[in-house]
Amino acid sequence: MTTTNQHSILKTRNLSIGYISKKATSVIAQNINIELKQGELIGLVGANGIGKSTLLRTLSAIQPPLKGDIDLNGKSLQSYSGIELAKTMSLVLTEQLMSKNLSVFELIALSRQPYTNWVGNLTETDISIINMAITQTNLSELKHRKCFELSDGQLQKVMIARALAQDTNLIILDEPTTHLDMYHKAYILKLLQKLAKETHKTILFSSHEIDLAIQLCDTMVVMTNDKVIYDTPCHLINQGIFETLFPKDLIGFDKKTGSFRVKK
Amino acid sequence: MNTKYTYAFIILTLVLVLCFFMNISLGSVNIPLKDVFGSVFGSSENESWQYIILNYRLPKAFTAILVGSGLGISGLLMQTLFRNPLAGPFVLGISSGASLGVALVILGSGLFGGVFATLLISKWSIVIAASLGSFLVLLAVLLVSSKVRDTMAILIIGLMFGSITTAVVSVLSYFSSAEQLQQYIFWGFGSLGNLSWNELFIFFGIYSIGLLFTIISIKALNTFLLGENYAKSLGLNIKQSRLIIIIATSLLAGTITAFAGPIAFIGLAIPHITRQIFNTSNHKTLLPAVFLFGAIVMLICDSIAQLPTSDYTLPINAITSLIGAPVVVWLLVRQRKMVF
Repeated sequence: MTTTNQHSILKTRNLSIGYISKKATSVIAQNINIELKQGELIGLVGANGIGKSTLLRTLSAIQPPLKGDIDLNGKSLQSYSGIELAKTMSLVLTEQLMSKNLSVFELIALSRQPYTNWVGNLTETDISIINMAITQTNLSELKHRKCFELSDGQLQKVMIARALAQDTNLIILDEPTTHLDMYHKAYILKLLQKLAKETHKTILFSSHEIDLAIQLCDTMVVMTNDKVIYDTPCHLINQGIFETLFPKDLIGFDKKTGSFRVKK
Repeated sequence: MNTKYTYAFIILTLVLVLCFFMNISLGSVNIPLKDVFGSVFGSSENESWQYIILNYRLPKAFTAILVGSGLGISGLLMQTLFRNPLAGPFVLGISSGASLGVALVILGSGLFGGVFATLLISKWSIVIAASLGSFLVLLAVLLVSSKVRDTMAILIIGLMFGSITTAVVSVLSYFSSAEQLQQYIFWGFGSLGNLSWNELFIFFGIYSIGLLFTIISIKALNTFLLGENYAKSLGLNIKQSRLIIIIATSLLAGTITAFAGPIAFIGLAIPHITRQIFNTSNHKTLLPAVFLFGAIVMLICDSIAQLPTSDYTLPINAITSLIGAPVVVWLLVRQRKMVF
């Protein structure tokens, strides 16, 4: 119970994740012990199908854990009500928006729903928080554009602004860099780093951009076949964790540059 | 309500008032405009004209407003809830549900016979049967749709319910008398003019409850625009909101179908026209706009159906379909950019 605990936002103890069906329980990963601290940018990496999405779904209370505890702000995640959780954790998902006929401002304004009255009227405070999120993500020029007019990169920025304006301690993003070009991948992750520093929010994202994540993250969660490792990128490189991520026949990890190389 | 739409709403309200007076001044009996106003405000000298206006044309005009706005709103609710721009009370089988309920009462009453039959066939049992039928079908569609993720599948399921209904109705028709059959078919034509003030009052009561449920759902409807998982992450109680929206729809569409018959296309076409014109998906703007548009279009359709200065009245259902179907086709053809 020292200073480290005060800054801890999300903490798991012996967490097991997976699915329960009528016939069997399939465990995707177990013994997950991570502790996300305030103002940190955390990257979650791992091969396709290793269970990154399942972990994020469990951490964001979309599905229940099989075993173990998740503490959010020192309180069990299970004990949060819908509105309480919405004020503590915001999400950026991979699912398509249902309606793209909303303007950028209108879409970001929807994030204020946990705070607004029964009909959803925005107060002065709401509007200033929305405008701040728009400024922080450099969206001022697009403010009145419709979402269907935006490029994928712009739309992803809007979704991040929406999560920001929800005014939560923790933001969880599921693969925010898919469908983006190399420049925008770096741009989005750099933006997340900046936001974590400036707003002191804890930002957890899953990504396949391991090279970028190594350069930008404070800590990383690496999922391999037999375990889930949580540490700083430097330590992970020194321990040779990234070498174990993928089958060794095609690509190899270069410790000096901190990136993957195709084997010749 | 957004200030930039204020003018649009003022204009629409004026158009609605205009259509209202146009509607009550047209009909098989030619009544001068001066006397139309005179009758409404109680200063007309011609008693038969006053009788026609007060007891026939006024309730009919009010019915048209309730029917048009209510169907438009229930269409809007369905389109947002089912995430499908082609959803509507008619497509999803709510109207078929109501039809089945009414068919069971009108045609099925023959099976029971005697006093029970006359009891069954009263206006109120028709209203209750229609409401129950629409609620059950909508609930069934929703139950199935919670298992099926694909929204196209949901529409097809709605159509299937429609087919089942048609089949049951034809079995019932086979065992019914010509008189009962005629009664059912006339109900199917749709009619705005059969309501007394008392019935209109009850209609308005149920309609208001449906509207109230809709208004308290505005925030939830806007959240649904983000998709279900986002809505959940914003703290929305999805199951409860869904249920309220469904109850609102079945109250609105159910009672309208009960009192005025299954009126086609309004529920599908009006929300689209509104979205195109107002260019927004925000339900705080859409809801009053759909209300006004629905009422205006229904008043115009009814005015046309009256065939002014002639003795004939066309089935209202034919007119709405004649106007509605081309609108839907036009929407699909210019779908380059579907506004939803």
